[in-house]
Amino acid sequence: MNGEADTTRWGASTPVTVDLRLSVNRDEYPITVDTRETLLDTLRERLDLTGAKKGCDHGQCGACTVLVDGRRVKSCLTLTVTLDDREITTVEGLADGDTPHPLQTAFVDHDAFQCGYCTPGQLCSAVGMLAEAAAGWPSVVTPDMNGAPRLDDDEIRERMSGNLCRCGAYVNIVAAIGEVAR
Amino acid sequence: MTTTTPSSVGSGLDRVEGLDKVTGRARYAFEYSPRDLAYAVPVQAVVARGEIHAVDVDAVLKCPGVIAAIWYGNAPRLASDDGGELAVLQSPRVAYRGQYIGVVVAETLHDAREAAGLVRVEYAAERHDVELRADHPGLYRPEVVNPDFPADVEQGDPDAALAAAPIVVDAVYSTPAEHNNPMEPHATVAAWDGDGLTLHDSNQGASAVRDTVAALFGMPPANVRVISPHVGGGFGSKGLPHPHVVLAALAAKQVGRPVKLAVTRQQMFAVTGYRTPTIQRVRLGADAGGRLTAIVHEAFEQSSTVKEFAEQTTVPTRMMYAAPARRTTHRLVRLDVPTPSWMRAPGETPGMFALESAMDELAIACGLDPVELRIRNEPETDPESGLPFSSRNLVACLREGARRFGWAGRDPAPGVRRRGRLLVGTGVAASTYPVYRRPSQAGARAEPDGRFTVRIAAADIGTGARTVLTQIAADALRAPVDRVRVEIGDSALPTASLAGGSMGTASWGTAVVRACEALLEELDRRGGDLPVGGVEAGADTTEEIRGQRRFARHAFGAQFAEVGVDVDTGETRVLRLLGVFAAGRIVNPKTARSQLVGGMTMGVSMALLEESVMDREFGDYLNHDLAQYHVAACADVRDIEALWVEEDDPHLNPMGSKGIGEIGIVGTAAAIANAVHHATGVRIRDLPIRLDKLVR
Repeated sequence: MNGEADTTRWGASTPVTVDLRLSVNRDEYPITVDTRETLLDTLRERLDLTGAKKGCDHGQCGACTVLVDGRRVKSCLTLTVTLDDREITTVEGLADGDTPHPLQTAFVDHDAFQCGYCTPGQLCSAVGMLAEAAAGWPSVVTPDMNGAPRLDDDEIRERMSGNLCRCGAYVNIVAAIGEVAR
Repeated sequence: MTTTTPSSVGSGLDRVEGLDKVTGRARYAFEYSPRDLAYAVPVQAVVARGEIHAVDVDAVLKCPGVIAAIWYGNAPRLASDDGGELAVLQSPRVAYRGQYIGVVVAETLHDAREAAGLVRVEYAAERHDVELRADHPGLYRPEVVNPDFPADVEQGDPDAALAAAPIVVDAVYSTPAEHNNPMEPHATVAAWDGDGLTLHDSNQGASAVRDTVAALFGMPPANVRVISPHVGGGFGSKGLPHPHVVLAALAAKQVGRPVKLAVTRQQMFAVTGYRTPTIQRVRLGADAGGRLTAIVHEAFEQSSTVKEFAEQTTVPTRMMYAAPARRTTHRLVRLDVPTPSWMRAPGETPGMFALESAMDELAIACGLDPVELRIRNEPETDPESGLPFSSRNLVACLREGARRFGWAGRDPAPGVRRRGRLLVGTGVAASTYPVYRRPSQAGARAEPDGRFTVRIAAADIGTGARTVLTQIAADALRAPVDRVRVEIGDSALPTASLAGGSMGTASWGTAVVRACEALLEELDRRGGDLPVGGVEAGADTTEEIRGQRRFARHAFGAQFAEVGVDVDTGETRVLRLLGVFAAGRIVNPKTARSQLVGGMTMGVSMALLEESVMDREFGDYLNHDLAQYHVAACADVRDIEALWVEEDDPHLNPMGSKGIGEIGIVGTAAAIANAVHHATGVRIRDLPIRLDKLVR
């Protein structure tokens, strides 16, 4: 932690703030955060990184999914104060310069979204999910717990079920991820 | 020089804003942050009926960052106050639990949230009544049902026909309250500038929000600007402005600063509309050959005490099948509940669940194949009005669906197919949705660089409107799509009708075509001489739509479902779902398929999962978040496919298109319930199809 909690203002409803350095999409942001602040609110309201979406604010929909040190997390359930020195990646950081990430291209090609609100979460979740599978992590539908999981449609559906899509683009989301995974 | 441009309409163009949506660049309402903004967090009523006696905001105003705490006692008065849903903070009355009764404005979201929890409200609570019953003494016949259909229609003598019918089905079906739950919660950013108000708002029609808000604040519509380039779904719940829009504007006015207000997911269950629960009795009389002699469909539903919303549940039964005698009715009761509103295919969705379930029961009673039963009851003309159908290809959908699905040779015996742990069955249901078209305006401009700009206050809530309007404009201008830019989602653009009633493409597309035609004429008149500033032309389709010939205009479809029901747990899985639709000309097969599959996906969700449970004791919907109100997740959706039959209908609009945003959901739940019966022998007449209803 770079900063120390400013406890001089401590009171029943006095905000406690902490100074820290956030690393988002390879950019450094020195920032003072309210300890009540979630990563999602920091990104959206403080850093103008509005790609991560607030769909429920309770970790139930997945629209806020981002990557922390390469692993998918729900940014609405993550307090920013815990993320000093961690590497955060949001949907804005997936592309390589002007070249979209293969998943971004596949989502457009397969029409894997309609309103687009769950899409940043789906994409970050898919990036994290592909890394989990590559690392050999099984899911509840993996037939052989010891072998490398093969990402067929059942595996993708199971592993992507933390990201709700109300427009009903699941069929196309699975096709888009499948194309990149195989 | 004559150039030929390949037709863009009919091609599967990628969404024109696709890259913006996958890179996070597309901005939604709450993502606009004007300078000097403050955050507003609403306070909700915790009684279902009563009056507010006192509000203590002393503790709130001492909280760090708090700018204001606003309630009935200190809120600015609205210019027009009809006592309805939008008369926010205008009265001490509480009409339903969860109603907005105050708002706290603070420097940060956290400050506002914490302070809002400290508002002390003293109520005189009254006994509430929140339970819909078919024998409720308060039931009455509404003047009209949504939007303007008669509540009751009767033809012939249905009672006599039922009494004389050799085969009768008489059953009661029910559907629960369902909440739209678009992924983007409703949000409004309100900023006043003198007498002008700018709203960044998530809605299904910027023109309508502008007009409504302007009237409430006693301003000319020109003083209000509503900006909504991207909208994260609506499914009807963003069709009409809800109380939060007014609350944001009121709060911004009071504090003299721009204010951001997002409805939370939990609050959405009280303040942004939902599908009314329904209780429906269906009686079908038929001869031995399965030909209907009588149809009686009666619906019982609820609305709130502040607004009458009467869902048109039995209206599709007026045109679906031929029968000499028919009665369709609606009865409404006003309860101390949140106000129901539009949810994807209001009327058709619950109504066709009941009718198409009853048709399946009739097929079994007659010993007929359910596809054949529907074909035998195909009407020549619209049974209610006698008008000819502009086109009606339900039979083609049923036949093509049966062929593709492998329906032929289906053994009708229920509960006899076992595959491992699963009992397997198949079911079919028909779908329909009306073809509406509303007046809109559009502008088209030839830019000096050879490009075109088309402007219309249409909304793209995920439908693909921006994309299909680009295609429609390109063809009308005889230009390639990459030279056409369509601007939508802003009330400063030419006034347009709502994204609702599956009428967006028809309404806006007509206006776009006419504006483009006017522009080409103007360019022609000028002999190709383009001034430095470009040339613009506009169109208003009011006269054209008023003058259209009278036809019964409807889209049709048929859904086929295969389900597996676990023999021990009763868990139902939809193994396969196929929809075949007849919806005129398909403007973009890629986005169209997505919409139809999306509607069917919501239908799977409705059939198996969705149910808002009313808490009689406290008077609100108990399961008000996505952990308890279940919608289909990725693993719930396996094999869903949507196809369409060719349909050339010259009586629709310049594109020859019918709406496709809603029909996908319409027959899906009935097809699944019918398949569950075929699999298990258990007839589920009350949605959703829960485990406990199957395990006996």
